[in-house]
Amino acid sequence: MILTKAQYEEIAQCLVSVPPTRQSLRKLKQRFPSQSQATLLSIFSQEYQKHIKRTHAKHHTSEAIESYYQRYLNGVVKNGAAPVLLDLANEVDYAPSLMARLILERFLQEHEETAPSKSVINSMLRDPSQIPDGVLANQVYQCIVNDCCYGPLVDCIKHAIGHEHEVLLRDLLLEKNLSFLDEDQLRAKGYDKTPDFILQVPIAVEGHIIHWIESKASFGDECSHHAYLHDQFWSYWNRFGPGLVIYWYGFIQELDCNRERGILLKACFPTNIVTLCHSLA
Amino acid sequence: MAAVLESLLREEVSVAAVVRWIAHSTRGSEDNPGEAAALSSLRPLRKEFVPFLLNFLREQSSRVLPQGPPTPAKAPGASAALPGRPGGPSRGSRGARSQLFPPTEAASTAAEAPLARRGGRRRGPGPARERGGRGLEEGVSGENLPGAGGRRLRGSGSPSRPSLTLSDPPNLSNLEEFPPVGSVPPGPAGTKPSRRINPTPVSEERSLSKPKTCFTSPPISCVPSSQPSALDTSPWGLGLPPGCRSLQEEREMLRKERSKQLQQSPTPTCPTPELGSPLPSRAGSLTDEPADPARVSSRQRLELVALVYSSCIAENLVPNLFLELFFVFQLLTARRMVTAKDSDPELSPGVLDSLESPLFQSIHDCVFFAVQVLECHFQVLSNLDKGTLKLLAENERLLCFSPALQGRLRAAYEGSVAKVSLAMPPSAQAVSFQPETDNRANFSSDRAFHTFKKQRDVFYEVLREWEDHHEEPGWDFEKGLGSRIRAMMGQLSAACSHSHFVRLFQKQLLQMCQSPGGAGGTVLGEAPDVLSMLGADKLGRLWRLQERLMAPQSSGGPCPPPTFPGCQGFFRDFILSASSFQFNQHLMDSLSLKIRELNGLALPQHEPSDEDGESDVDWQGERRQFAVVLLSLRLLAKFLGFVAFLPYRGPEPPPTGELQDSILALRSQVPPVLDVRTLLQRGLQARRAVLTVPWLVEFLSFADHVVPLLDYYRDIFILLLRLHRSLVLSQESEGKMCFLNKLLLLAVLGWLFQIPTVPEDLFFLEEGPSDAFEVDTVAPEHGLDAAPVVDQQLLYTCCPYIGELRKLLALWVSGSSGRSGGFMRKITPTTTTGLGAQPSQTSQGLQARLAQAFFHNQPPSLRRTVEFVAERIGSNCVKHIKATLVADLVRQAESLLQEQLVTQGEEGGDPAQLLEILCSQLCPHGAQALALGREFCQRKSPGAVQALLPEETPAAVLSSAENIAVGLATEKACAWLSANITALIRREVKAAVSRTLRAQGPEPAARGERRGCSRACEHHAPLPSHLISEIKDVLSLAVGPRDPDEGVSPEHLEQLLGQLGQTLRCRQFLCPPAEQHLAKCSVELASLLVADQIPILGPPAQYRLERGQARRLLHMLLSLWKEDFQGSVPLQLLLSPRNVGLLADTRPREWDLLLFLLRELVEKGLMGRMEIEACLGSLHQAQWPGDFAEELATLSNLFLAEPPLPEPQLRACELVQPNRGTVLAQS
Repeated sequence: MILTKAQYEEIAQCLVSVPPTRQSLRKLKQRFPSQSQATLLSIFSQEYQKHIKRTHAKHHTSEAIESYYQRYLNGVVKNGAAPVLLDLANEVDYAPSLMARLILERFLQEHEETAPSKSVINSMLRDPSQIPDGVLANQVYQCIVNDCCYGPLVDCIKHAIGHEHEVLLRDLLLEKNLSFLDEDQLRAKGYDKTPDFILQVPIAVEGHIIHWIESKASFGDECSHHAYLHDQFWSYWNRFGPGLVIYWYGFIQELDCNRERGILLKACFPTNIVTLCHSLA
Repeated sequence: MAAVLESLLREEVSVAAVVRWIAHSTRGSEDNPGEAAALSSLRPLRKEFVPFLLNFLREQSSRVLPQGPPTPAKAPGASAALPGRPGGPSRGSRGARSQLFPPTEAASTAAEAPLARRGGRRRGPGPARERGGRGLEEGVSGENLPGAGGRRLRGSGSPSRPSLTLSDPPNLSNLEEFPPVGSVPPGPAGTKPSRRINPTPVSEERSLSKPKTCFTSPPISCVPSSQPSALDTSPWGLGLPPGCRSLQEEREMLRKERSKQLQQSPTPTCPTPELGSPLPSRAGSLTDEPADPARVSSRQRLELVALVYSSCIAENLVPNLFLELFFVFQLLTARRMVTAKDSDPELSPGVLDSLESPLFQSIHDCVFFAVQVLECHFQVLSNLDKGTLKLLAENERLLCFSPALQGRLRAAYEGSVAKVSLAMPPSAQAVSFQPETDNRANFSSDRAFHTFKKQRDVFYEVLREWEDHHEEPGWDFEKGLGSRIRAMMGQLSAACSHSHFVRLFQKQLLQMCQSPGGAGGTVLGEAPDVLSMLGADKLGRLWRLQERLMAPQSSGGPCPPPTFPGCQGFFRDFILSASSFQFNQHLMDSLSLKIRELNGLALPQHEPSDEDGESDVDWQGERRQFAVVLLSLRLLAKFLGFVAFLPYRGPEPPPTGELQDSILALRSQVPPVLDVRTLLQRGLQARRAVLTVPWLVEFLSFADHVVPLLDYYRDIFILLLRLHRSLVLSQESEGKMCFLNKLLLLAVLGWLFQIPTVPEDLFFLEEGPSDAFEVDTVAPEHGLDAAPVVDQQLLYTCCPYIGELRKLLALWVSGSSGRSGGFMRKITPTTTTGLGAQPSQTSQGLQARLAQAFFHNQPPSLRRTVEFVAERIGSNCVKHIKATLVADLVRQAESLLQEQLVTQGEEGGDPAQLLEILCSQLCPHGAQALALGREFCQRKSPGAVQALLPEETPAAVLSSAENIAVGLATEKACAWLSANITALIRREVKAAVSRTLRAQGPEPAARGERRGCSRACEHHAPLPSHLISEIKDVLSLAVGPRDPDEGVSPEHLEQLLGQLGQTLRCRQFLCPPAEQHLAKCSVELASLLVADQIPILGPPAQYRLERGQARRLLHMLLSLWKEDFQGSVPLQLLLSPRNVGLLADTRPREWDLLLFLLRELVEKGLMGRMEIEACLGSLHQAQWPGDFAEELATLSNLFLAEPPLPEPQLRACELVQPNRGTVLAQS
């Protein structure tokens, strides 16, 4: 699961301009049968998100929105049951869920007095039944269930995966008899930055001291790792000293370069843990 | 001055008398009358003798060591040849301020060098004053007069020597290391403070006409400089009183005197046998001239001078002990002379014991002299580090000249355990986050809290970047980080944020810079890191390697300027780049506070009675503790000095005249940033100089030029001078200062006296006060000074320049090839210990005095133990109260709040008001805290004291210790509790209220006991994320678009629902949002089942799900909704227009499953009949195709027609089945 940069780039190369559908995923799995599906999905998702971030702006010009909306209207007038919105999204290379949001916003602007608030939109995306227009509701729903990178369902899956791995990590820590403070406890104490776990007694892994452990249920690619370093890992180091990051879905080997500095990367729970021996202390 | 030396050489006066004469101005009675008479006439010159002697030796040696080790590249060879210039012309104008010799020296030497000089009586008239060439500045003359004689201009004579490298051994002519006294480098801190002693001109009118500052202030010349060069600023050429004389004149006088004398000197001519053991040449390019004791030219004279010189050193009459040792080591390791002995003038009888003939005529003389001096200072030598001792003991010259000394040194080496290493600290460790000081409660606003959060991260980001780049060539701190630092500082708006940041800054400073060797070292008050315990071996190797790589080649000679080595540079540059006056002020406040705190720390005192092995073990700890405190203090004081004097320091020369007066008047109004004078006075009184003086020196080393002129600081300098004089190393006695303690103080003071900003006249101006320094108060019997707190590691850590001695010797061994770094030794990490708690200051009255008295006669560890226990138990007591009493009150508050919420309904009222109500009810209970706290301390303290004290502690002592610990702990705890308990309760209740109110909000209190699975559960259920993902796939297949071959098997659906059940029952990995989504997805799935929209895999005929299968699946779902979901399931979605609308697309429409589902929902109590009715009712309002609306209406009627009582399931189904045939078939 730990990939070299070259291996990673080979996978990433295959993901250029691939729509985020279950069909694409299936093909990807066939192309790289030796890689774990979760890792592939994670990489796919990250690559796609990078792609969307790059192209996001061009879909949000008023001209683009207007043209999408018109195409949507024309499409549903012809056949409301056809996957108009989904096809449109795939055609213009935009995430279906985001396209759904775009059109929904536009639709509500037209039909409501005031501009719709973000929370209203989010709520409607979560539960399309609330969308006043039945056809649009179906179109939106179709986009959401067919999008494997964006949308409330995907968000929930990601959140659940993260939570599950935290629980998994907690169990492993308990099993190893390592006492810790979890995020909630830390927050209650008023810590300003909270890793998933702070060890009450530090351990050593592969010769490196570990004060805290952060669980990441994703693949550690360059982009996300640097963001995490900046927003989280260094902040933890700044407060609690060196620590361990577990990328459960693997990471790019070359990124594990801050070991000496105090940030160790692993793709699973470490096996050889050295604990403080009380007779020494 | 020379006259004194002359008379000494002629044995008119004894060495002892001379030293007494110099040192004790007032005591002449011990001397024999003849000596006294001879010397008393010279009294006015007494003060000038030492500087004269030092200059004399320097000059003499420079004559004999013309080809001594090359000069560092910084000082051009030509100018370096003349010892008068502090740094060559490139050093700038101020460099010429003082000279070792008057400018004419070079010229006259050039002219007269070969002449046999004649001495003269010191009191002779000496009319012939040579003033010619006076105007020549020495630096210029050095360059302009290549013919000045090889004896002096050895540098200029060998410009192309291959060994002119930095790594070559230092030498006397190296003006970086031995610049003349008074040489004030142009820059404030960037240049070296070392100086050479100025010459002492002797005038005929010796008494009054000569300004007091003649020696130490700029030397004086009669003839103004005729050269309008930059060097002209040399005070030699300015403002000269007419009566003064230069050394040159004195020389003339001596010459004349000498000529009058008929003297038969004993001429200790050496037979110069050629049997001197030729030493193997070590360096490729250099052939070391062998030194032979048999070829020493004038033993007696050298012995005498060495004795006087040694005595001056021993009496601390020289400003810097180690500078003199350095000089002597240089003589010892001098390689060879330019003027080979054949070119040397014949040693004419009658000349030898006068000052007119060179003191050092050969390498043999140098080495002989050096060994003579070293013999007198064996004690100091034996206390140097083991590495230096080894090199000394192995020095073959030393062996050759004094086998006895060599033997003693060898013995000292073998007995020494003083291994010293100066490694760089490892890379940064961050200051840990401490909730007590760092959490939200410590900030005035959320914004301040979050701003500081960001700042902490920016600070470390900057630090890391500095670590990565600062050694790269071309990287510039200000360019790289300056704007980011200032942007960060700009965000610190609130004053409280500044103090937070300063605390972080200061802690990080201590953490990174405090102990150069202490890789595992911790910050005071911080828990020790396990780093050193765990990977000690591996890390040890790494550090050793690092040390090799990073060992600085040179620390800048024996008198380096104050610098910020290693990580300190980061903090200095940070301060400079930040250039924030708020930050500086807060930093000074914080540094001052910490300095006061550490300086006042009750460090253990030595117990002379307790001399067994056990106490030795104790002393290891004491020394470490002392070292930690001392190094921290020095670091803090250095930065305090840096920041405090920063506004007054600049590159421009110090002001003079009126300008100076006005500045003085102004500055004297400004109160000192820290009352260091009082701290010094107290430190001296309490015999804690060994702690106070080293940090004070660090502080003062950053003073600007005006500071020493201020009365306040002048007092300090005078105190320090007196202290310096009093630290005679040979005087050791019980209860006085320990040897190494003295050595440390001598080293740091000597260093301070060389700092450019410290006026050079200070040292010699002060009247010989060896007896003046009296501790005039009742000092504690055994102060810290008497305790062996300093070891070599600490000495070398504080004064790395002492290591220059070792380098000198090592370079001698290694030749001039400049082997790098090899002499560094293994690290002894100075692990640190937590500091003992400060004694509680609040206890008063008789009991407190009794307790103090009790400790007085007990081992210090007892006191520390008791204080420690009291501190910890007191602190734990507070936490205990928090966990018991306060937690109970919080629980009460929560239940009260629940009641309140129930009575007041959902709204619950204003939270602030609620809080007030609760607090008014609960805070009175806080009164119990004191009683509970007392009880806790009483219960816990004795056991802890017992466990920590040795078993043989007498019962009475033990019980007293326990009682005191209980008392102190109670006092500490109760003091805190009585002041803070109400606030604490309030805070906790407030937190509980907001917690409860939050929980009340979006998520109903479903997190109760129902969470978690059965005990037998092994958590093997599929993960929620997996299930959501699987169901999502089914949904997307159903909604389409899909490929023709895509679909799901009924078995898969069944399996999926089975897994969902497992997951919902094992709640290990389930989080509320996931459950919500699962619930929603399951409802969607049900709708798709009802509408028969799920594409089934298999033969085309079987495209649709069989009804029975569909019902079975719906049953499974119903059971999941009923039994397994713990959160709410949005069942009403089943009747949302969108889901019901799914039916509209099916042909023929099948309503039976929906009807079935609705009935089951009612039957299972999942939905109420009324609720369903309402949903159905609202469905009618939607826009439907005509026929669909009709069917919907029929369904409604059918459902409503059902009897309200639940019917058996089968019957219901049967009832529906025919209905479908009849009612719906028509459509």
